[in-house]
Amino acid sequence: MPSPKRIGQIEFGLLSPKEIREMSVRKIIWADTYDDDGFPYPQGLMDLNLGVIDPGLRCKTCDQKASECPGHFGHIELAKPVIHVGYTRLIRKLLRVTCRSCGRVLLSPDEIEKVVGTEDDQTGELLSEKDVKKERICPHCGDQQLKINFEKPTTFSEVMVEEGKKVEHKLTPADIRARMEKIPNEDLIPLGINPDVARPEWTILTVLPVPPVTMRPSIILENGQRSEDDLTHKLVDIIRINQRFKENQDAGAPQLIIEDLWELLQYHVTTYLDNEVAGCPPARHRSGRPLKTLSQRLKGKDGRFRGSLSGKRVNFSSRTVISPDPNLSVSQVGVPRAVANEMTIPVRVTTHNIEELKQIVRNGPLRPDVNAPCGANYVIRPDNRRLRLADGNLDTVADLIEPGYTVERQLRDGDVVLFNRQPSLHRMSIMAHRVKVMEGRTFRLNPAVCPPYNADFDGDEMNMHVPQTEEARAEATILLSVHENILSPRFGGPIIGGIHDHVSGIFMLTHGTRWFTKEEALYLLRYARVEHMPPPGKVDDGIQYWSNKQIFSMILPDQLNMVFHASSCQNCDTCKKEMCERDAYVRIIDGILESGTIDKKAIGAFDGQIVNRIIRHYSMRRAADFIDDLTKISIRAIMFDGFSFGIDDEDLSKTEYGQIDEVLKSAASDVTRRIKIYEDGQLEPMPGRTVEETLEMQIMQVLGKARDQTGQIAGRHLGLGNSAVVMAVSGARGSMLNLTQMAGCIGQQSVRGERIVRGYDDRTLPHFRKGDRGSDAHGFIAHSYKGGLNPTEFFFHAIGGREGLVDTAVRTSQSGYLQRRMINALQDLKVAYDGTVRSTGGRIIQFQYGEDSTDPTKSAFGDPVDVKGIVESILKEEV
Amino acid sequence: MAVAEKYEKKIESADLPKKTKDQLHTFLDGKEINDTQFKQILDRVLKEYLSTRIEACEAVGVIAAQSIGEPGTQMTMRTFHYAGVAEINVTLGLPRLIEIMDARKEPSTPTMTVYLEPEYCNDRDRAREVSWQIEAAPLHEFGDITTDMENMQVIVHLNTKVCDKRKISPAVIMETAPKKIRDRRHYRDFEHEIKDETATIFFSPKNKESYQNLFQLAEHVKYVIVQGIDDILRVVVRKETGEYILYTEGSNIKDVFDVVGVDTTRTRTNNISEIASVLGIEAARNAIIHEAVSTLNEQGILVDVRHIMLVADMMCMEGEVKQIGRHGIAGEKESVLSRAAFEVTVNHLLDAAVANEVDELSGVTENVIVGQPIQLGTGDVKLIAVRQQDN
Repeated sequence: MPSPKRIGQIEFGLLSPKEIREMSVRKIIWADTYDDDGFPYPQGLMDLNLGVIDPGLRCKTCDQKASECPGHFGHIELAKPVIHVGYTRLIRKLLRVTCRSCGRVLLSPDEIEKVVGTEDDQTGELLSEKDVKKERICPHCGDQQLKINFEKPTTFSEVMVEEGKKVEHKLTPADIRARMEKIPNEDLIPLGINPDVARPEWTILTVLPVPPVTMRPSIILENGQRSEDDLTHKLVDIIRINQRFKENQDAGAPQLIIEDLWELLQYHVTTYLDNEVAGCPPARHRSGRPLKTLSQRLKGKDGRFRGSLSGKRVNFSSRTVISPDPNLSVSQVGVPRAVANEMTIPVRVTTHNIEELKQIVRNGPLRPDVNAPCGANYVIRPDNRRLRLADGNLDTVADLIEPGYTVERQLRDGDVVLFNRQPSLHRMSIMAHRVKVMEGRTFRLNPAVCPPYNADFDGDEMNMHVPQTEEARAEATILLSVHENILSPRFGGPIIGGIHDHVSGIFMLTHGTRWFTKEEALYLLRYARVEHMPPPGKVDDGIQYWSNKQIFSMILPDQLNMVFHASSCQNCDTCKKEMCERDAYVRIIDGILESGTIDKKAIGAFDGQIVNRIIRHYSMRRAADFIDDLTKISIRAIMFDGFSFGIDDEDLSKTEYGQIDEVLKSAASDVTRRIKIYEDGQLEPMPGRTVEETLEMQIMQVLGKARDQTGQIAGRHLGLGNSAVVMAVSGARGSMLNLTQMAGCIGQQSVRGERIVRGYDDRTLPHFRKGDRGSDAHGFIAHSYKGGLNPTEFFFHAIGGREGLVDTAVRTSQSGYLQRRMINALQDLKVAYDGTVRSTGGRIIQFQYGEDSTDPTKSAFGDPVDVKGIVESILKEEV
Repeated sequence: MAVAEKYEKKIESADLPKKTKDQLHTFLDGKEINDTQFKQILDRVLKEYLSTRIEACEAVGVIAAQSIGEPGTQMTMRTFHYAGVAEINVTLGLPRLIEIMDARKEPSTPTMTVYLEPEYCNDRDRAREVSWQIEAAPLHEFGDITTDMENMQVIVHLNTKVCDKRKISPAVIMETAPKKIRDRRHYRDFEHEIKDETATIFFSPKNKESYQNLFQLAEHVKYVIVQGIDDILRVVVRKETGEYILYTEGSNIKDVFDVVGVDTTRTRTNNISEIASVLGIEAARNAIIHEAVSTLNEQGILVDVRHIMLVADMMCMEGEVKQIGRHGIAGEKESVLSRAAFEVTVNHLLDAAVANEVDELSGVTENVIVGQPIQLGTGDVKLIAVRQQDN
């Protein structure tokens, strides 16, 4: 096989009229496309020399079929030159800086040197319009210069002074072209123009290239009608006007008509190049839709550059809804059988695998169930012919196979695939998983890998890609595997770990002390890869019991030593350590959980301390195994007790309701009192604030405090027996604030950090008096979700909720753009072999990456070495 | 130090960064350890240090951009927040981060944190004295201003008590007020007369035809800044961590540095371009890092400094603060294709043609566009195993 060719560089330049004619295969003179038989007109826009799009026809130039012919350019000879809209600014600049009679730059060599510098010492600056004073005299021929006016889009004129009056004299493109031709090559270089590839007169078009038909294919509608591409439409317009122009010119039509036609031709060429030019009405389709012409094809998000060239489409990919399966490993993905049967991996036949592949071919394309061996969909012969496998030809094809053939075999358990969820905001948005073929129609994944993908199961869809080459699979397994990506490069901590029910489950399992019989213990540990049970923690009446902490310890690595505070820790002034009544002092010595509750801080995504420590002291692989065990054990634990939440879990007792009422009543009266002080003009403003602002701040404070108090009252009643409290304390989901709002009082609704003030004249709703500053009138909700809101409260709640929605919508677009800009600015940076950070062009950005060459991914939350962890694990005590 | 001397020496001589050595000191402090344990610890520390070195070819730029961009969606949009000081509004969250990356000439809420020298920072009154030198104070705060319509003049009668309290002599005010009206407020059509004995200034418009001129003059006289720095609208004195600190609304670091009592080593502003012009590009780089880190931390988002450093270094590479985006780094790239793929596609292509630009295809976007391996990560490795040829 020849080695793949590399493109070394791409050079940009203008096409000269000569080049355009040379590359053209046909001069186009007819505006019509197809004749009545549907056959392209010779020398028409669909000329067969320009390439073919209809299957069956052959290109007259290269004699290839539609699929192989790349297309060929034609050309149109314009009756008179026209300006290229993209270069109007350049033309204006050149007209202003060069002499109108001799074409030299209006500066003496010394003046040029001042701006550009000498040959050895260049300033990097180029001559600009500002360097030439207006209406000066040419230093070379002494001719008086005139002011050049430019009117968008393409009109240039000279301002002449005749009989004391200013007269604008229009410059035709032909005039401009003549002036451009006069500019000598040497004078173009200081202007930043390379005359070898871009003579300025080439910006005035005399010949127009006609793009090949492959660039502007016509589509055949359902009713058999042909619908032409926008570009073809535009070219038809140009040819028509050009034809008419020529006829009129030959017939010696009056100057006025010629000028009109010239302008019309200019308009059509302008819109053909760019249909969004300022000061030029866009050319429209019959339906009124503006045409998509050349510039529009390149521009913008769905344009050629961003849409087609930077974002490419691929085969061997699939997409479906995701759903959770805690029994899978984090590094696995459940693939529906329908997907696995469709997606293939090419395997080359060798003497070593020929028998196996023959069997695979015999299995055929229809896998009956998930446990059946995989089949194959295609066989590729050495001459690159594809044979589709179907029920009838399995055995024949299988007998045909010999080394050199390639079998496209279906996915089977253990294959490496890439799994992705958009938006792909960081590199963990694409990770490699191992396939597990399953029944059903959704991709299945362990909920512990949701955080890196930012996935949930409310209808999210994800994509799967099957790497096709050995190199791709190697990179996928070594670099992209889930277990290689547990640590986030953002902060150097784990971002895969238990979420939601994992945290609640492990919290309920490990909190306090509980004892389990052998059957119960085995139920909990059934799916974890624990091989040996430790001796029972106690024996009562001849029955063996294992403690909850013992059960958790079984999934810990043997030599693990660590001490930390759980997320339920209240940060008391003096830590009671093992005697903590919340059991928040976690102590793991030699892989045994001695005290403490396992919760979010220990195993959660983003802050899982145990996961983090296992990665550093054992391996990524071991950490992934730990997460697998953990998800299984915690789901079993939550199933052991059951975990639910109902409306009656938000109930409080009569005393609490009384206390809450009292708190709210006193807060309301406190607010009225403060309003009274304000109305009496007795309120002392805070420095830098007006009296009104001070009052508002005070009211917000009072009401905020009142809500917190109701929360405390509710919290007193609700203990760990309440599921919502378990979730809040363990860090699984929600907070005590959510519970407060459900059981106590929802509190103040706000818009832009202030109480709700907008609405009617001097009041928020017609339910209140004008000028009422009371708590109810400005969005304080004294009821709880359980108790129910009254209509005004409900409305205020909707106002507050809307702000959040708007906020999110605005934020996503803004942060998306910020990220696009940052990636564009930084994408070329890499660490060189000498430890410096350089751009791919070789420029040094940093002499040492991050000033200490520490990889943030491998760092311990930014520190080069996790000293605390090492000391802790060797001394086996808290440090 | 409680760490035994023999261990001390070993720690110091080890090839480790200072931070790690310091951590070793603090964590081993007061612990009873034996030689084997110490050896184990030091060996593991050295081993881990070696394992956390960054690998060559790592695409650190993209990682940095993703690490800062990804949490952007979690940040609040609300522009105004009260940061520490209730009285001064500061832009925070995503809008502030965008502002930093945009390298704006002026932030939407410029503020300064002015630290004071030891003689001033412990005394509220002395701190206040410094604040008067900084806070822009209009003339009407120093005395009574009356508009004498009969004689077509504006009379300012300075209150010497206020002047004394504010540590400024009436003479200075009388001299600066007319000058400032002319220079700063660009109003020159008036004459003035000073009476030192009574501390009174008389202003009269040149054109006495219209009362409008008089009233216009009166406005200028009232609001002309006679003490403090023009850009600093407000100063708040607060006691924090045992010393008095001034927080300002508005920023002008150059003039603040000239005020007596200001600790120029600690005083800072959130206006990055001002830092760049006054203190230089290295200071600006540090300011970008500091501002970005504190914006992210305030939102409770953990991002490694190294990512932010890289962004700051990229922005300051050319010796001036460059924007992340079209008018800065992204717009000045070598590669035509890369620029065209970012923004303003057509113009870049048209200009490239005239200037005969050549795309060397060294960057990422260019190679993606032409469909070649990119020169980063595994694509950068040129090692090829040559198989022994069979004869």
